[in-house]
Amino acid sequence: MRNSKLVTLEEAIRRSGLKDGMTISFHHHFRGGDKVVNLVVAKLAEMGFKNLHLAASSLSDVHAPLIEHIRNGVITKISTSGLRGELANEISHGLMAEPVVFRSHGGRGSAIASGELHIDVAFLGASSADELGNASGCPRSENAKSICGSLGYALPDAQYADHVVVITDDLVAYPNVPKSISACDVESVVVVDSVGDSSKISSGAIRDSKNPRDILLAQQAAKVIINSGYFKDGFSIQTGTGGASLAAVKYIRESMIEKGIKASFALGGITAHMVKLHQEGLIGRLVDVQSFDKVAAESLASDQMHQEVSAVEYASAEHLGSAVHALDIVILSALEVDEEFNVNVLVGSDGIIRGAIGGHPDTAEDSALSIIVCPLLRGRIPCVVPKVTTLITPGSSVDVVVTEYGIAVNPRRPEIADRLKEAGLKVVDIKALADKARSIIGEPDALPFGDRVVGIVMDRHGKVLDRIRNIVD
Amino acid sequence: MEIKNAVAGTLESGDIMIQMGPGEGLQIELQSSVAAQFGRQIKAVITETLEGLGIENAYVKATDKGALDCTIRARVTAAAVRATGKDVWK
Repeated sequence: MRNSKLVTLEEAIRRSGLKDGMTISFHHHFRGGDKVVNLVVAKLAEMGFKNLHLAASSLSDVHAPLIEHIRNGVITKISTSGLRGELANEISHGLMAEPVVFRSHGGRGSAIASGELHIDVAFLGASSADELGNASGCPRSENAKSICGSLGYALPDAQYADHVVVITDDLVAYPNVPKSISACDVESVVVVDSVGDSSKISSGAIRDSKNPRDILLAQQAAKVIINSGYFKDGFSIQTGTGGASLAAVKYIRESMIEKGIKASFALGGITAHMVKLHQEGLIGRLVDVQSFDKVAAESLASDQMHQEVSAVEYASAEHLGSAVHALDIVILSALEVDEEFNVNVLVGSDGIIRGAIGGHPDTAEDSALSIIVCPLLRGRIPCVVPKVTTLITPGSSVDVVVTEYGIAVNPRRPEIADRLKEAGLKVVDIKALADKARSIIGEPDALPFGDRVVGIVMDRHGKVLDRIRNIVD
Repeated sequence: MEIKNAVAGTLESGDIMIQMGPGEGLQIELQSSVAAQFGRQIKAVITETLEGLGIENAYVKATDKGALDCTIRARVTAAAVRATGKDVWK
C-alpha cells in the first residue's frame, strides 16, 4: 500500500518526535497479559530516553520490569488508575521521587479531553489493525492471537494524543472494519510477535467465586437490589469485579425471570455473566468500556447490541452524555469501608498499594443506587473500619454496604433502609459492623507510614482527594 | 517439661503454622502477613497460651497468614500437646 504507515517500533518512536520529559500513554485492556508497556519502555530505555511520564489507564503485576526503568531514570512520573504486585510494593516503599497520580477511569477520560492530562505519544496495543491504523480489540483473521474486545480506555488517547502509534500482532488487509481506533488518528503502525496473552485478560481482579461466604454476600446483594425500589422493568445495572458482585448477577437473573423484569442495559466491564443475560433477552444492550473475558470480547465482535464506549462516554463527570448518568444500580467491591461510608479500593490495610480505582467513584456517584459488597473480615484484616486508609469513593456517593453480618444503609437514604427492613433484611448501623470487626480482631497497631507522599488520589472532577504516604519496614 | 520438635497448623490463608522445639525461656519468631498491625497481639496470644499450659522454655516459629486469636490459641495448644506428649484436653 503506497501510503502505508507500517514501520518498526524504533522508527515509530523516532518519527513521533518524542523527547525526554514528555508523556507517553498506554491502555490496560490486556490486563495481566499485557506485553505492550514492557516492550515499548524497554525500547525507549535502549534508545536512551529519560525522564518520561508514563500515563497508563492502569498497571498490574505484569509491569514489574518498570522498576528497573524507574531506577534508571527512564520513567520518572506515573499516572494510572491502579498498581499491583512488586511495582506497587516498591512504589509504596518510596521508589519514585515524584508521587504517582491516581485517577478513576472517568476522571482520566475527562482529564485527557480537557487537556489537563496531555499525551505526547500514545502506544496503543490492538488485536487487529490494517496498514493505515484502523484498529480493533476484536479478531479479524485466523491468525488472531490476542483478543481483548473493547478498546474503550484507549479511545481518549487515540483521539487526543499528539501522536498515535498502533501496535498489533495481527496485521489484516485494509480496511479493518468495524474499527475502534480510526486510521485518521494514527501516525504509525507497528507489528510485533504478541501484544498480549488473551488467556490472562480475565486474570487480576476478576474471580468467579465458589467461596460460600461470597455466595452468601451475593445472595444478600441480590435481595438488596430486588427490594431497593430500583428493580423495575427497564432498569440498568453495572457490576464490579469482586467475586460476590459477579455472583450476584446469577441471583438477580432468577428474580428477573420470575417477575418478568428486563433490564435496558448493562454497563462497564462486561463479563460472560452479562453476555448470557443479554443473549437470553433479559438485558437489551451491553455498553462495554472493557471486556473482562473472552466471551465478552467475542460478543462485542459479533453482536450489534453490544457496543463499545470510550472512557469519556462511559464515566466522565464533565460530559452529561456519559453512560453513568443513566445508570440505576451499581454493585461494587471494597478493600475498606468506614463509618462515614467512605470506600478505599486502592491501598491495602498494610498501607501498601494493591488495587485500582477503576470506575468505582464514577459509578458510585452518578448511579441512582450504589451497593458495596464486602466481607466484614478478610483473615485478620477488617473491611469495615472506623476510618479508611485511603479515600477513593466519598461516603456521599455510597448508599448501601452489604456484609455477612448485616446490611448498612447510608443515613442519607432512609427510604432505602425502610424498604429493606420491610423486606425482612437485617439492616444494621455501620458503626455496629466496625465494632463487631474490632471485637473479633482486636485493636490494630498504627501503620508505619513515613513522611513522603508516594501517591496522589485525584477525584473525578480533577481535585486532590487524598495522599498516600510511603511505608517504612 | 521436656519439649520435642512438633508442628501444628497450615499455611492456608486465615491459619497459622506453629513449629515448636526446645529453647531457653520463650523465644518466639513470628512471620506474619499482618505483622505491622497485629504482630504484637499475636506474640502476646502465643505467650499467654504457652504460659497457661505451664510451658516456660520453648522455641516457637510462627508463620501466620492472618489467623484470628482463637485459631492461634488452638494451633499453639495442639503444637504444645504434641511437643510435650501431655494431653491437655482430657
